[in-house]
Amino acid sequence: MDFFDTNFGIFLTMLGQILLVTMILLLSLTILIWVERKTFGLVQLRKSVNVVGPWGLLQTFADFIKMAVKEIIIPAGADKAVFLLAPLISFVLVLVAWATVPFYADEDSTWIIADINVGILYILAISSLEVYGVIMGGWASNSKYAFLGALRSAAQMISYEVSIGFIIVGVLLSTGSLSLVDIVMAQDGAYGFFSWYWLPHLPMVVLFFVSALAETNRPPFDLPEAESELVAGFQVEYSSTLFLLYMVGEYAAIVLMCALTTILFFGGWLSPIPGIPDGVFWFVAKTLFFFFMFSMVKAVVPRYRYDQLMRLGWKVFLPMSLGWVVIVAAFAQYGVPGYARW
Amino acid sequence: MTTMDWTRARKYFLLADFLQGFRLGLKYIFKPKATVNYPYEKGPLSPRFRGEHALRRYPNGEERCIACKLCEAICPAQAITIEAEPRDDGSRRTTRYDIDMSKCIYCGFCQEACPVDAIVEGPNFEFATETREELIYNKEKLLDNGARWEAEIARNLELDAPYR
Repeated sequence: MDFFDTNFGIFLTMLGQILLVTMILLLSLTILIWVERKTFGLVQLRKSVNVVGPWGLLQTFADFIKMAVKEIIIPAGADKAVFLLAPLISFVLVLVAWATVPFYADEDSTWIIADINVGILYILAISSLEVYGVIMGGWASNSKYAFLGALRSAAQMISYEVSIGFIIVGVLLSTGSLSLVDIVMAQDGAYGFFSWYWLPHLPMVVLFFVSALAETNRPPFDLPEAESELVAGFQVEYSSTLFLLYMVGEYAAIVLMCALTTILFFGGWLSPIPGIPDGVFWFVAKTLFFFFMFSMVKAVVPRYRYDQLMRLGWKVFLPMSLGWVVIVAAFAQYGVPGYARW
Repeated sequence: MTTMDWTRARKYFLLADFLQGFRLGLKYIFKPKATVNYPYEKGPLSPRFRGEHALRRYPNGEERCIACKLCEAICPAQAITIEAEPRDDGSRRTTRYDIDMSKCIYCGFCQEACPVDAIVEGPNFEFATETREELIYNKEKLLDNGARWEAEIARNLELDAPYR
């Protein structure tokens, strides 16, 4: 019997995979944060980070070290246990959600930590839980601004999760599977770029992207931490490593949403041109592109007012995505090409 | 029945405003940048720039300051403290010349008041410290500044002279 078939061997393999994904994710986060800062620096006609390391690439490490060595300040009125737990929750849950994200798959192997057949539901569930980190942090801080930010964040994340859910339902109707690997495989067609789901589900791609912005509290929907009105929102009392955990968690959630956009609508690791081999490179490139889009949106779009945000979520996105589910269901029932592939 | 504004609706659903902004943003990425690479390159300074203070000396090494206390009198922030005594050779000199740089508002009245161009505000603006104590300058520190920045100060005074 092979060592890797024993219980201990399987355990070690899993542990290795988890560590590998976590390490690569966190290391690439430092580069992605650099990409983001550089992007909106350049858009704002600034030179942006360019001192620490080549082209300022090590700036994020310097920032992380600075935050990690600072003093943790816990407000006197704070609920200490919850205050300390909240950033940990939001950080851990984001990392946990990465467990079912497939990076590459072919006939022989699947590059994924846990290939469960309800992967998309799992990610949806975990990303719904992420709101707890924010609410707990805002409540435990015992500060007015933090509490207002947490309330806003809770309402916002729940509102947009509804439309994200319906958008995903549309994709699932076309695929007939809840497994993320199957969703990507279903987009593997003869036309490369044009056989992916972005074309049949075109309006929903935009809706998903905007909902992802709101879901991850990014500008123009960063009302939970609106500097001009709430100082820093739910994380106003956080400093040092606790703030670092919040920040890394937030960026990991953004990358998760980029990866999810890639998987659901842009064919994951599939190559855009027929003939060129598929590979994890395409997955990374597409995710990076969507991350760049996230940064550009941050650079060019002004912040929404809160009532506009709620109006957009409930009165525009929800009816549109709900109507789209009906349309896709009808198309799938009558076998319109591109909508029903199973 | 209200009429429908189709142009506005089309712009709304095609994200026209966003796409326009996005295109502008992409264009700006490749534009020359407005900022300077600060620690390595600095913007130009006017000869009248009012930066860190310095006490000057005459070319023969004699202090210019004659302890007239005009700067102390005019200082609106009362940042300057001067004590004076006759020196051994009978000339009137300061024994103490302190400027509290954390009080100073950099108005330049002291250098305007000075009859002998002794106290001047030099071109240096990078004198941040880690403690407040370091910002209370004494006579020694100010004379030291004068020795260090004399070349620039003299040039700036000369450049500004035609306008006075």
